[in-house]
Amino acid sequence: MGLLDQKITHGGVIISKLDDLINWARLSSMWPMGFGTACCAIEFMSAQSTPYDLDRFGVIPRASPRQSDVMIVAGTVTFKMADRVRRLYEQMAEPRYVISMGSCSNCGGPYWEHGYHVVKGVDRIIPVDVYVPGCPPRPEALIGGLIKLQDKIRSETIVAPKAVEKILGTHEG
Amino acid sequence: MKAEEIKILLEKSFPGKAFELIENATPQGLAVSAEDLVEVMDFLHTHNQLYFDMLSCITGLDNGPETGTMEVIYNLYSIPNNIHLMVKVVLNRDKPTIDSLVDLWKTADWQEREVFDMFGIHFNNHPDLRRILMPADWEGYPLRKDYKEQTYYRGMKVEY
Repeated sequence: MGLLDQKITHGGVIISKLDDLINWARLSSMWPMGFGTACCAIEFMSAQSTPYDLDRFGVIPRASPRQSDVMIVAGTVTFKMADRVRRLYEQMAEPRYVISMGSCSNCGGPYWEHGYHVVKGVDRIIPVDVYVPGCPPRPEALIGGLIKLQDKIRSETIVAPKAVEKILGTHEG
Repeated sequence: MKAEEIKILLEKSFPGKAFELIENATPQGLAVSAEDLVEVMDFLHTHNQLYFDMLSCITGLDNGPETGTMEVIYNLYSIPNNIHLMVKVVLNRDKPTIDSLVDLWKTADWQEREVFDMFGIHFNNHPDLRRILMPADWEGYPLRKDYKEQTYYRGMKVEY
């Protein structure tokens, strides 16, 4: 049950953990960057359309990396594009998350052997939180990935955020 | 007009020059030597019975280091006369160089850049011969038979 679904009594006062409040706010407004690198972007667009309605998860594509929380790498990442993808990621404000959508951005996909021009996995250039398999993944699969990311955000705590872990050198991997 | 007739027309207009008919192709074509290319193409472009006003495609072809040749294939189309023609030029693989056709067809600009990018065929008098698909600092020409991709590109591993 969501936080606001609970019956609010006692004069409209809710008592919650700050962690829960922040996580709830973050996972309910995962704004992805509105960009795609190949055909997976078609499924990404389709996931935003009326039948799937990503809006109900608070997923609204933004036109600028400065306003985005999630980067959905939808499609083949070529070496020529790799620098741009990395730069877009660096322009996003923390906390930021990456969903790798489709076989190409997961591991190179059909280009793994002879695709001299394809980065064999976007995780070689930016850290990835959730991998969505498929070629291309159906909108349902992408929604599944977003829910997975919501689960991940739900378990975060401000006491040990990702960025601080990295600075302290206690970050895994 | 068929490729055979075009061949006869060309031989009449360029005495002493050989044009080999390539029948086993669709569309049928003619092999032209690299030195005569611009002259012949200009003729095909302006002759009022032919009037090839559209350069549909330029293709590169690498026959491999054993054969030692490369080819550039031009596909022409005449909109008013509805004729297709393929023109083929064979080049030396060691230093593949050919004259640019940008002065005849503007569209040759990007098409020649693609052939340069993929095969490393140099086009003389091209106004802007840069890579068009691969990044500018990429090493080698990917569609050559003996192409080996580089190990790293800007710190990213290229192989799987």
